Amino acid sequence: MKNDEEIFEILKAKFGDSIIELNAKSPFEKVIVIAPLKIKEVSYFLRDDSELDFCSLVLLSGVDDANGEKVELEEGFKGIQGGTLSVYYHLESINQKQKATLKVSTSRENPEVESVSDVWRNADWHEREAFDMYGIKFLNHPDLRRILMPEDWEAGYPLRKDYRNPEFYQGMKVPY
Amino acid sequence: MALKTEEMVLNMGPQHPSTHGVLRLELELEGELVLNVRPHLGYLHRCFEKHCEAMTYPQVIPYVDRLDYLAAMSNELTYAITCEKLMNIQVPERVEYIRVIMVELQRIASHLVALGTFGLDIGAFTPFLYCFIDREKILSLFELTCGARMLYNYIWIGGLSHDLHPDFIRLAKEFVQYFKPHVAELNNLLSYNKIFIERTANVGVLPLEAAINYNITGPSLRGSGIKWDLRKNDPYSIYDKFDFDIPVGKGTFGQVGDCWDRYFVRVVEMEQSLRIIEQALEQIPEGDVTSALPKRVKPPEGTVYARTENPKGELGFFIVSNGSLNPYRVKVKPPSFVNLTVLGELCKGCFISDVIAILGSIDIVMGEVDR
Repeated sequence: MKNDEEIFEILKAKFGDSIIELNAKSPFEKVIVIAPLKIKEVSYFLRDDSELDFCSLVLLSGVDDANGEKVELEEGFKGIQGGTLSVYYHLESINQKQKATLKVSTSRENPEVESVSDVWRNADWHEREAFDMYGIKFLNHPDLRRILMPEDWEAGYPLRKDYRNPEFYQGMKVPY
Repeated sequence: MALKTEEMVLNMGPQHPSTHGVLRLELELEGELVLNVRPHLGYLHRCFEKHCEAMTYPQVIPYVDRLDYLAAMSNELTYAITCEKLMNIQVPERVEYIRVIMVELQRIASHLVALGTFGLDIGAFTPFLYCFIDREKILSLFELTCGARMLYNYIWIGGLSHDLHPDFIRLAKEFVQYFKPHVAELNNLLSYNKIFIERTANVGVLPLEAAINYNITGPSLRGSGIKWDLRKNDPYSIYDKFDFDIPVGKGTFGQVGDCWDRYFVRVVEMEQSLRIIEQALEQIPEGDVTSALPKRVKPPEGTVYARTENPKGELGFFIVSNGSLNPYRVKVKPPSFVNLTVLGELCKGCFISDVIAILGSIDIVMGEVDR
């Protein structure tokens, strides 16, 4: 069983600059921050290395950091420009009895993250959900389309902090 | 001369009785043979995660009930545990005991629905009614406790909404004694029924490695033959105080990890839950259940992930707190959603009738899949 610092050191020694930092801001869990386009490579290593052995992805969740600039796009409506969207990965090793949390941050305007659906198969739907809710594009995903929202939803990505409810959906008035 | 054949696409659902809710399966068929399954979700999507961001932490609880509406107590417990971890609250011992009793009763109730409807899907109508009679008794116990039969809002952050009814302990003990022989009855009625075995053994075999890679949890994972239960492997609440076993699939009538194994793990789990309830009812201490309820839930900044063993698998909440009264982000790890991902893999190359058996054996609730 390895703690977060040890896992971080192993990854740092192997991947160098792709491993950005060990974020200990949260008192409840330490987060290893990774470059968004390297996550697949790192994930393969995390899964296949016999000492790490992270055999399952417990949860993949998108988060809108909303740390950009608030800009008044229209009268009475403030959008967010710049800043980041993040993806958190909670991993678990059944054999080694250890857990780890990874995070990648990507730009809000062009959010691109490598897909890990080849590494852990359940990531497929989790990534589709993150795409559905935040518009994060997972590169090399086999079937990236909306999963929970209607396929023809054009009003944007609902869980972004600057999302606005549409007035109409397919010509029908949406009641609120 | 061979007849000309071509592939056919068949829509199963969304209003199909054996899809357990509004799930649409797009089946690619060659005759009776299933080549590919594409599930379409979202018919019950109601923006749970978006709603949470607009509410205070305690206000989320009634919505949490509606995730897996067959196991509302378990959902509440998970959410409460996550928030307690954020707030660093220790709950009184009596609360822990009551929670365990409720959650284990809920596990039996949820499994009874799972087993009953599984039989129903396959064509055994009678066991379904027997299961629902017993589930009814559990719901009556819940009704006695908090007035609601399905969506309780009973387990709160830091405690419970109120104490047990004075008669609860006696009635719960009566229920345990009443229900014990019914497991054997269910076995005679359904588990060892020749037709049932023919329909489920060697069907939808889920190999252990695939199950782990897909992060399948709960009875579906244990059916594949691994002793992995968060109550033992990552203990929460007071489960370390009780004596119980974790049943696993043994391949009794076919290969390990087939539909029958997944089914039978649930049957044995009900017996084990009864054991836990019995011990908890004996040991339950006196105390005040509302003493640790916080006046205001305003956790510090940070991210937290906490999880429990729900009847359907590992339910977890990932909460991002920014130090305000509302959660900044609530992400659910819904066991049904994850377990459903494996459906396409399991159904490749089986018959249409087997799709029903496989879907029934992984036991999903669409309220949780679509959120």
